[in-house]
Amino acid sequence: MTEHLTKSAARNIFYGGSVFFLLIFAALTIHSHFYVINTATDESTLTESVVRGKHVWERHSCINCHSLLGEGAYFAPELGNVWIRYGGQQSPEGARAGLKAWMRAQPTRIEGRRQMPQFNLSEQELDNLIDFLEWTSRINTLGWPPSISG
Amino acid sequence: MKYQTQALAFPYFVAALVLFMVQVLAGILAGSIYVFPNFLSESIPFHILRMIHTNALLVWLLLGYFGASYFLIPEESEREIHSPRLAWLQLAVFVFAALAAVGGYLSGVHEGREFLEQPLWVKILMVIAFLIFIYNITMTVLQGRKTVVSIVLLLGLWGAALFFMFAFYNPDNLSVDKLYWWWVVHVWVEGVWELIMSAMLAFLLIKMTGVDREIIEKWLYVIVGFSLFSGLLGTGHHYYWIGTPEYWQWIGIVFSFLEVIPFFAMILWSFYLVRKSGRNHPNKAALLWSLGCPIMAFIGAGLLGLMHSFPSINFYTHGTQLTAAHGHLAFYGAYVMLNLAFFTYAMPALRNAQPFNQNLNIWSFWLMNAAMIGITFALLFAGVLQTHLQRVMNLGYMQVQSQLELFYWLRLGSGVFFIVGALIFIYSMLGPVREVSATRKYEHHNA
Repeated sequence: MTEHLTKSAARNIFYGGSVFFLLIFAALTIHSHFYVINTATDESTLTESVVRGKHVWERHSCINCHSLLGEGAYFAPELGNVWIRYGGQQSPEGARAGLKAWMRAQPTRIEGRRQMPQFNLSEQELDNLIDFLEWTSRINTLGWPPSISG
Repeated sequence: MKYQTQALAFPYFVAALVLFMVQVLAGILAGSIYVFPNFLSESIPFHILRMIHTNALLVWLLLGYFGASYFLIPEESEREIHSPRLAWLQLAVFVFAALAAVGGYLSGVHEGREFLEQPLWVKILMVIAFLIFIYNITMTVLQGRKTVVSIVLLLGLWGAALFFMFAFYNPDNLSVDKLYWWWVVHVWVEGVWELIMSAMLAFLLIKMTGVDREIIEKWLYVIVGFSLFSGLLGTGHHYYWIGTPEYWQWIGIVFSFLEVIPFFAMILWSFYLVRKSGRNHPNKAALLWSLGCPIMAFIGAGLLGLMHSFPSINFYTHGTQLTAAHGHLAFYGAYVMLNLAFFTYAMPALRNAQPFNQNLNIWSFWLMNAAMIGITFALLFAGVLQTHLQRVMNLGYMQVQSQLELFYWLRLGSGVFFIVGALIFIYSMLGPVREVSATRKYEHHNA
């Protein structure tokens, strides 16, 4: 088989094929972009507070301990569904208070337990971050994660 | 060394090895925190160490590619590097940016998207250094002999630079953010970096086997073709659960299967060529790394990746220690071993010595490989157990983690062996030149 394939044929297949697959990938990505905005996520509730919360999330690099929709580090719990885990669907106020109390109580300094740093978030930053996590919990992830524990 | 400017590779390799040490030190500290959770918790918390671990890895691999390019492009183009002065400027800017990033992380200055934590000005400095590099290499290639190796290498480098532009796009919508984040992360490591890898491997094989360049270069096109055909749409296996359409599940699994092909082809390619040549190149250590690289890449990047690319499996394993197991062996097998192979090949020439005593280097090969297999298996078992307890039995995250301690100990122990191996490697590269014995020399001359 290899005798029939010349170097210039191999080169042409490489260039042609790469451009072909890059175009398909780009087209599907654009389609997915609109699917995400119109169908899978709730753009109407993507408020300024949610955006600020995303920046709080990024400024403290939460992703390097936690995972979010399964991506990130695996040192601390998944947070894509933390809103649901804290009962936010039944009692939004309770979940909000619970999450705030938890973050304020860090680090626990319990011997032999993983420690989360104290990030000294202001009341507003806490609210923004929780709004972001609440919004994230409503993304249509096709049923992932399989269990409430994340 | 046929060309003086090939010597530019040396400072790049030294800088790469320094950051390699930074990477493994941060790794061992992060691994220690898994078994001593209170260790460093208030001075260097886990997220900072992990940032240093992953960023130092990416940066030293890039430094390795830069150095390797300065070493191989003069030989391929049959002329000196366009501007040695620019190469030094590039090194200074890049290393300054890298050290500033590490210093910044230690004092809490960073951004927050995974692997793209560098502050904006550090990203910009890195892009400037990268553009200087690409200009320098492109000019050299354009003015000299054009080979498939140099063209594929250039394509990989240009691709890496272009796709990095997505690092500057951070949409407010988290799902859109993730969609394009993978255009940097996946397209780098499972796309354009494979072009760089294949070109460097092709150069090593041409030099060490002496097999006809025409044959090697034809196969180079076939392999990088498979890499891009499979790798681009292979990004689909990251688009299962982040708010993207369901059709990615089909695309993801089909192209994940195809993604294994280039790695398998690399094994066939390198073993066939080395066997054909009679294995008589004097630098046995470089040969060993060059053959080990595609094998470990095939297992780590290929098989371990494919294993949890099935949507029905990934639904349960996504975001567990299984991903960490795959990540470690994939990066080590494909890109770490590639760079170590190249350093091993080029260092005798750069230090103006005949291929010197390689026993230490060969020891470090086996030590690092055994240690990395240890790390991978420890995390693999941890991941399987975690998947079952957390995703099937629905136990809480922290409760499950306490069941995994044994595996975290095994990972840390393997990590200690890895550091020892890495130190031996560095000593064998930069330590005193030890002559091969007279009889060995005689064998080499006859081979």
